[in-house]
Amino acid sequence: MSTVDAVVAPLISAEQRKQARSVGFTLVVLGIVAAFVLGNRPGDAGFKLVDSYIFVIPAQPFARILALVLIALGAAQLLKGFGKWTNVVLSIAAATFVISFLAWAASGGSFSFTGMLQDTVTRSVPIILGAIAGILCERSGIINIAIEGQLLGSAFAGAVVGSLFGPWAGILGAIAMGVGLSAILAVFSIRYRVDQVIVGFAINFFALGLTSFLAARVLTEHPDYNILSPLRPIALPLLSDIPVIGVVLFTQTLFAYFAYLAVAIATWSLYHTKWGLRTRAIGEYPKAAGTLGVDVIKLRYRNVLIAGAVAGVGGAWWPIGMVGRFDQNITNGRGFIALAAVIFGRWHPVGALSAALVFGLAEAIQLKMSNLDTGIPSEFLLMAPYLVTLVVVAGFVGRSRGPKAAGQPYDAQ
Amino acid sequence: MKIVVTLRKIAERIARTSSFRLTLLAVLSAMVVGAFIIIFSDINKLQNGDILGAIKTVGSAYWALVVGSFGSLRAISATINSATPLILCGVSVAVAFKAGLFNIGATGQMLAGGMAALWVGFAMDGPGFVQVPLAVLAGALGGAAYGAIPGILKARTGAHEVITTIMLNNMAGFLVLWLLKTNLYQREDRTDPISKLVTAPGHLPRLFGFMNDRPDLVAHAGFVVALLAVIVYSWFLNRSTTGFEFRAFGMNADAAQYAGMHTKRLTVMAMMFAGAFAGLAGSAEVLGTYGYASQNFAGNIGYDAIAIALLGRSTPLGTLFAALLFGALQAGGRQMQANTDVPIDLIVMLRALIVMFIAAPLLIKAIWRIKVEPTSLGQAFRGQGS
Repeated sequence: MSTVDAVVAPLISAEQRKQARSVGFTLVVLGIVAAFVLGNRPGDAGFKLVDSYIFVIPAQPFARILALVLIALGAAQLLKGFGKWTNVVLSIAAATFVISFLAWAASGGSFSFTGMLQDTVTRSVPIILGAIAGILCERSGIINIAIEGQLLGSAFAGAVVGSLFGPWAGILGAIAMGVGLSAILAVFSIRYRVDQVIVGFAINFFALGLTSFLAARVLTEHPDYNILSPLRPIALPLLSDIPVIGVVLFTQTLFAYFAYLAVAIATWSLYHTKWGLRTRAIGEYPKAAGTLGVDVIKLRYRNVLIAGAVAGVGGAWWPIGMVGRFDQNITNGRGFIALAAVIFGRWHPVGALSAALVFGLAEAIQLKMSNLDTGIPSEFLLMAPYLVTLVVVAGFVGRSRGPKAAGQPYDAQ
Repeated sequence: MKIVVTLRKIAERIARTSSFRLTLLAVLSAMVVGAFIIIFSDINKLQNGDILGAIKTVGSAYWALVVGSFGSLRAISATINSATPLILCGVSVAVAFKAGLFNIGATGQMLAGGMAALWVGFAMDGPGFVQVPLAVLAGALGGAAYGAIPGILKARTGAHEVITTIMLNNMAGFLVLWLLKTNLYQREDRTDPISKLVTAPGHLPRLFGFMNDRPDLVAHAGFVVALLAVIVYSWFLNRSTTGFEFRAFGMNADAAQYAGMHTKRLTVMAMMFAGAFAGLAGSAEVLGTYGYASQNFAGNIGYDAIAIALLGRSTPLGTLFAALLFGALQAGGRQMQANTDVPIDLIVMLRALIVMFIAAPLLIKAIWRIKVEPTSLGQAFRGQGS
């Protein structure tokens, strides 16, 4: 027994042990919150799943049982640990906690749960696309802080071109703007070897300034340049008939389907194609890749431009997928959230997707919360998603390491 | 030996003049690009074929920019007023950069500091020479406390400061909104989120207060605080042991660790210092400019500060001048918007272009066909992944 321990113990680093401990503490804290906060409102909460079926959760008993289970799970994690199952346990616990929270908020009434999940997917679309753009750049060694600017610029281009020539042209216009802003990033950081963080921030400000300037100077006088009918959700045949999931995932606008595809393609090609291997190589150790005959400069240019196109579609989501117009600073920091999703997801498309969905859920809950009376100042509810991100990043993600060569200009010699 | 020293001095002077010339050319290039954008966005005049009229607009817009920033005592006062929080937040971002950390959180720290200063500002009632320093100190402490959070999280768990500071910015916004609705902060006769007024002796004194007939000169003593902050930063960076450790840590974290520096403590301290400077900016705005707090008194200053620190290469003087330039553009931009039909958003774009051009000396060299020493900005910080 003790010899086994002696052999096994060094395999678990101090950091992992610390993370395991913080998982345990988090479970206990969640349990306590469930007991004392979520358990204080009697009444049933109706979760409307489909039109004809409302799933009723008695808020108080649910929260109390959840509290006991969470505290027990937390204690078990602290004493023994779930090992490789830790993340599964934590995810299920978090999901149940969110449901209990919703039941608490909606107790005595009902709300469309499916609609909220659908909102979650809808609102995470631009974050997903922005994050994919970030990953494509950073995996090939170019830090992309300019996601916000790319989204904002292409939202503007999408609105104007879309208003003049129709939504499809608008998407193309947005892509062109995304690629254009990406080209600035590429030329400055690859050719002129400027610090990538500086160019990235400059692009953000440039896009904010240019779009606000043009919106104030041109669009206010010519409102017909800034009005279009957004694309409607398309229900995919067969898939959209699946109860709940069909509405949540497969009754969306084209932008969401594009986002699914982008995640799938990015994941597959990064890890299973020659292009992906080379991209990861020039992001980690461009000298070695260069020595083996990879054209580092060319590949970096190409990837940054592709990223611009992806971000362009993400930017087009605002005017063409959602609101039908452009407003000053319409992206409102979503590009920075996407940047956080890149780091949160550890530079992996699927990781970024999960992070983006968490942020999307937060936005969807905020939308719902504004018309529910919970007795807690709404500001704290609005703050919750950011607090959750903070706790998750601090507790479980920990030290994330990006591509090694990100930020360094490449010298062929 | 003497010759070597002399030669080095001459070389240094050349380097300096070329960097000055570079800045000038960068500003000029940005103005040229801006001029084209003004002309091409003047759709009404262009449709009528009035190209000359469109070009004239550029002239009057840029003239208003100059007059509005330096043309009169009032303009200079407006420039100083706009530059004050920019200098302080710029130093906040710069000090973090020097330690290899990316402080996107100046906005949140500014809000935290401002709210702390505000509380002293309305809860105490004079005398001014006690209350004002106390309030300013409270601002610095509030900012430092809020800045310490991402520092501690990074040091203890490795959580990336880019994520944590963005999240803390958003949280600070909601916290302020909530605080402004509590009995503690909300003005008695109001239902909207707006704070009580700072008492008369609690205001930062106006710089031109001795000119009784000029109430329009709004610049306040926050500017003096900002200049002092630059001096403190300069001394700290170049003369103190901790400042040396910051720079060593920022250049090479591993080497600093091997040299025996307490890197975790440095991380927390750097973020606390950054937060303190940003908190001072918050207190300057609340105690000097507004005299109360509304929901969004930090505005975009925390983000502008990143551009300022990048432009000033995080050096004390560089950050100061970059902030003054940005402040001048802000003040001039207001005049420009009032005099012409060119919106103030132009200056956001001009700032971005200036940063871009200054960052790319090779590009300036190519455009203006001149010889410029390659004084590149260098890498701003270690990069996101570390």
